[in-house]
Amino acid sequence: MERNDDNWLLRVRNLTKIYGEPSENTLSLTGPMFNSNICPETDSIVACAGIDFDLYPGEVLGIVGESGSGKSTVVKLLYFDMEQTEGTAWLKPYNDGLQNILSESNQKKRYIRNHLMGMVYQNPRDGLNFRFSSGGNIAEKLIMAGNMHVGNIRERASDLLNKTEVPVQRMDDRPSSFSGGMQQRVQISKAIANNPPLLFLDEVTTGLDVSVQARVLDLIRELQQDLGIAMIVVSHDLSVIRMLTDRTMVMKNGRIVESGLTDQILQDPQHEYSQLLVSSLL
Amino acid sequence: MVENKKYVNKYNFAFIDEATKKEIRRKLLKAVAIPGYQVPYSSPEMPISRGWGTGGLHVTLAIIGKADVFKIIDQGSDASVNACNLREFVHMMTNCKTTFDTREATLIQTRHRVTEEELNENQIYIYQVPQPEPLRGVERYENKTRQMHGEADYAKMWVSLYEQIVRHGDIMLGAGYPVKVNDRYIMAPSPIPKWDCPNINQSKALHLFGAGREKRLYAVPPHTKVEPLEFEDVQFHPEDFSTRACFKTGYNKVYLDELYFDDGTRHFVINDSNFLDKMVNHEPIKQHSNKYLSELKNGTE
Repeated sequence: MERNDDNWLLRVRNLTKIYGEPSENTLSLTGPMFNSNICPETDSIVACAGIDFDLYPGEVLGIVGESGSGKSTVVKLLYFDMEQTEGTAWLKPYNDGLQNILSESNQKKRYIRNHLMGMVYQNPRDGLNFRFSSGGNIAEKLIMAGNMHVGNIRERASDLLNKTEVPVQRMDDRPSSFSGGMQQRVQISKAIANNPPLLFLDEVTTGLDVSVQARVLDLIRELQQDLGIAMIVVSHDLSVIRMLTDRTMVMKNGRIVESGLTDQILQDPQHEYSQLLVSSLL
Repeated sequence: MVENKKYVNKYNFAFIDEATKKEIRRKLLKAVAIPGYQVPYSSPEMPISRGWGTGGLHVTLAIIGKADVFKIIDQGSDASVNACNLREFVHMMTNCKTTFDTREATLIQTRHRVTEEELNENQIYIYQVPQPEPLRGVERYENKTRQMHGEADYAKMWVSLYEQIVRHGDIMLGAGYPVKVNDRYIMAPSPIPKWDCPNINQSKALHLFGAGREKRLYAVPPHTKVEPLEFEDVQFHPEDFSTRACFKTGYNKVYLDELYFDDGTRHFVINDSNFLDKMVNHEPIKQHSNKYLSELKNGTE
């Protein structure tokens, strides 16, 4: 893929989320240097701060870090699940990347979410409505993008379930009767239903057993290769990151401590914390 | 002694005090200005329980004038209990003329039906609404449904219709079929049968909806687009009476009631009592016209 300053897909600058009332020193008194994200002056909590990155079309970016390092916060902010304290993000397919998507109205945000993004949560209950059938869940995404033909919706839903290896006979069953791995596959089907150029994966394999994990990861890799979707993969598991991603950012206490090619980070970690992560893997 | 005429009547005209009437009228104006939007209102105490038609009564009493001619029906009938009691009450409180004749009435209050006879520009049609929120079935929290209405986020509603089609082969909503008003709000037309939904579309009359227990008013102004929700390939259709007919008149281009006689035989009869009387007496009737009715074959067999 050609990379230059202009062909980015998603550009994020200074993305910050602070809970509570920050003072002007909050940002300078928290972070990996202090090994804390709680401001000693105001007790406000810095979930993430000053996150800058570009994502290129078809690229897979990993975010790795320990629990509470702010990695999920980053994708949730970008998927509009929460509101940012500060920061801007531009998405190329939306208004040619001229408009800060984080400051759009709720209606526009919903449009972006439904047409240009997909999200797979760690817990299928966050991404799926368990009162609807699995086909209904996929239909929801299609309907939100303006598809109002039941026949076409069912056609597309069964294609997607096929692709993600969920038995099509179970399309009209509720996801609550599915195994964890199947629920995750339904969630992935829903996320890619509208062929979004960008997909967020938030700890998708956590909580699945190892063989199911491997199949879900295989599926994600296949989808990535077939459809060329750009992805942001959040995980605390370096083997997931190694398997899926081209480029990785290491986060700690709400800040990025290191970023670079995944291979490089795994072979030759520079930051103390990355070294710790890699050594605990091996 | 000079007689005190001020307190001859124990109650204000139309029962509700003028300040509250003014409040209800203002909310009605807002409702008319935003077709299909649910406006919260005070829902004052009435001498009947909430949930027994207080919403409709509030609207009626807030807008009724001395010259109005009042008609009230319950499930199409002028003679059922709810209708009789409320008619008596409105008459006592206003001394307005009451009628059974749909065409003569200027103010028609209804529970769960639209009259079969066409409404005109001089009529106001008032519904008693038990559940004003069409999204309640898919979202139980009021703050969420309000936000969904605000952002026209109706995907959940559509998915619930999709699920019904998948499970049962059709949209299984008999009464209170959700409609989209003026291309914007999804509205619960109160539990009128599907048959009546097309008759609100582009109606010449003003339609006002009052939900007393839920404290909401909404409206469909005259000549407003009201469309039942439908998919491109699974369309809305009213009840099918093609194989039945009214046993008194033989007519079947109307909404029919099912009756069992003492000998166990099953019959059908026109639900709208005034319409039935006019048919039986061969009086001229102008029925609603809509695209579903015009597709039906000539009813009298």
